[in-house]
Amino acid sequence: MTKVLSVEDLSVTFALHESEVRAVNDLNFSLEAGETLAVVGESGSGKSQAFLSIMGLLAKNGRTSGRAMMGETNLVGMEKSRLDRIRGKDIAMIFQDPMTSLNPSLRVKTQLAEVLVKHRGFDKGKAEKAAIEMLELVGIPEPAKRANAYPHEMSGGMRQRVMIAMALLCQPKILIADEPTTALDVTVQAQMLDLFKSLTDDFGTALVIITHDLGVVAGVADRMMVMYGGRAIEKGRVDDLFYDPRHPYTLGLLHSTPHIAHRAARLDPIQGMPPSLEHLPKGCSFNPRCAFCFDRCLEERPPLMPTENGREKACFYEGPLKYGKVA
Amino acid sequence: MIETPTNLIEIKDLKKTFSISTGLFGRSLTLTALENINFSVKKGETLGIVGESGCGKSTLGRCILQLLSPDEGQVLWLGQDLTRLPAEEMRKRRADLQIIFQDPLASLNPRMTVGEIIEDPLRTLRPEMNKTDRRAKVVKTMEAVGLLPEMINRYPHEFSGGQAQRIGIARALITDPKLIVCDEPVSALDVSIQAQILNLLAELKDEFGLTLIFISHNLSVVRHVSDRILVLYLGRIVELATGDEIYEDPKHPYTRALLTAVPIPDPKLARQRNIDALRGEIPSPINPPSGCTFRTRCRFAKPQCAEMRPPLESIEGGRLVACIRWREIEAEAPVAVPA
Repeated sequence: MTKVLSVEDLSVTFALHESEVRAVNDLNFSLEAGETLAVVGESGSGKSQAFLSIMGLLAKNGRTSGRAMMGETNLVGMEKSRLDRIRGKDIAMIFQDPMTSLNPSLRVKTQLAEVLVKHRGFDKGKAEKAAIEMLELVGIPEPAKRANAYPHEMSGGMRQRVMIAMALLCQPKILIADEPTTALDVTVQAQMLDLFKSLTDDFGTALVIITHDLGVVAGVADRMMVMYGGRAIEKGRVDDLFYDPRHPYTLGLLHSTPHIAHRAARLDPIQGMPPSLEHLPKGCSFNPRCAFCFDRCLEERPPLMPTENGREKACFYEGPLKYGKVA
Repeated sequence: MIETPTNLIEIKDLKKTFSISTGLFGRSLTLTALENINFSVKKGETLGIVGESGCGKSTLGRCILQLLSPDEGQVLWLGQDLTRLPAEEMRKRRADLQIIFQDPLASLNPRMTVGEIIEDPLRTLRPEMNKTDRRAKVVKTMEAVGLLPEMINRYPHEFSGGQAQRIGIARALITDPKLIVCDEPVSALDVSIQAQILNLLAELKDEFGLTLIFISHNLSVVRHVSDRILVLYLGRIVELATGDEIYEDPKHPYTRALLTAVPIPDPKLARQRNIDALRGEIPSPINPPSGCTFRTRCRFAKPQCAEMRPPLESIEGGRLVACIRWREIEAEAPVAVPA
């Protein structure tokens, strides 16, 4: 396995009027070629900000510290001109809403060709030809005709395919997809997830899927990282976390997700709501909502510690996580 | 469908079109949003309505509530046709039929306090109540939906999405409605909050004897809350059956495809599953395919499917299905239900 990205002690802070808010704290993870990592969390968990910071796309008041190493190159703190040569070429990111990410006034093929002209020095004709081939690869019917369309003339699913095609043009080593299927219908979502699978299998692309949907995670990911209150709180292989969650929050998320095959009378939701990053509780950020919380959790923040089988968790509770306890 | 006195609401031959003007010359096109809609909702049941974007599910909800006037057909409320009710009569009836919207914050007036928002329907629909009684009822309703009564003078922006949705539910509940149309009520919420709201709706339904029409694109959520499920495709009913029947024994090829596409939060099951990936996307409702509107994406389609719109057929168990080939399809490709 080739390691394509190694993130060390990544933190993101945003300067507010008179204070600072820490959106991401001490994130550590790595990514191997051909694998899919799911980053799971609710709003405010820091899951999107962490990856925007790696891409150098934070809002103006945001600051990143730590390292994001692609081989010997650190993306954090890199000057824009150098970053521009890497972004879109070696590492690409796609977003939930393809309409706001595409230029509404340019034909699809013009936008796609631009990437190849810029990063690979193709001439315009060759670039447009390659763009059309890529549209075909991501499953757009009549690609030569569709390439002449403007984004608003396409459906949401088509636009998302165009975004993916654009991200793939330079065959990046890493593709970061932030809620890529949330705005899509389930049948189109299934087509997209299928496309992601063939990307990682056939091209060895390393894929990061940022999502709150555990159904999507179960379908495509190899490993997952659960985030809460700006920190990773559990990491491991997808099967381990789904069938044997060790953090009460992971367990809670699983019990909050309706499952089409088992109709339960009631779901077991997590009480309360995700915390505001400006007012995180003392000790473990999850303690006000946790059914397994005890004295130590109120005082001390549990560090992310390795357990077994390459797993990690940030929780002091060592007893069995049985949901009977939360009735 | 067999008529029983327990039907709270009955929809007959409902049709809704919109005209869309295009281009410089003001040419007008007709978009058929709903056609040949026939179903009934029993008192106390939860009917789920699922379908992809543009299938007409929200339009249907609004036609039931008379927030949109259908072009044709009847909406019978305990036998009385709401589409022909004079405006004043309908206004009185509104206390019985309420709605909860998807975006909780956008559906609350930012300049009104929570108390005023929840109280508002009472002012118009229960003019006989005095101020003290109204306030008492607001407090009682807030408690029922899990809001602290001391929040009564706060404004919507001070609330999170989940709490804002509780305010929306309280506003719907305060007139003691018999039916609530829930239009994607949890789609904008975080997973953990989504589960809280789904549980709340289930509790309120039992406590107040409500009948719910639950509209969502999320089949897992609909399956979780619904007794029966109605599947819409391009403005037409393709199937209506109980949740178990829809899941274990779907008859319509669209329902079958939809089910295999629903993400399952179980990695082993998800890997085993054979996704019956639909080709292409939903055709435009302005220019739908001839015959069966699903045939362009259906892997079982035959030439005869292009010839006529499949009728909505009543089959055993009070189910409805609109496919001329469902029996043949069942014989040639039996449904494999994931364990």
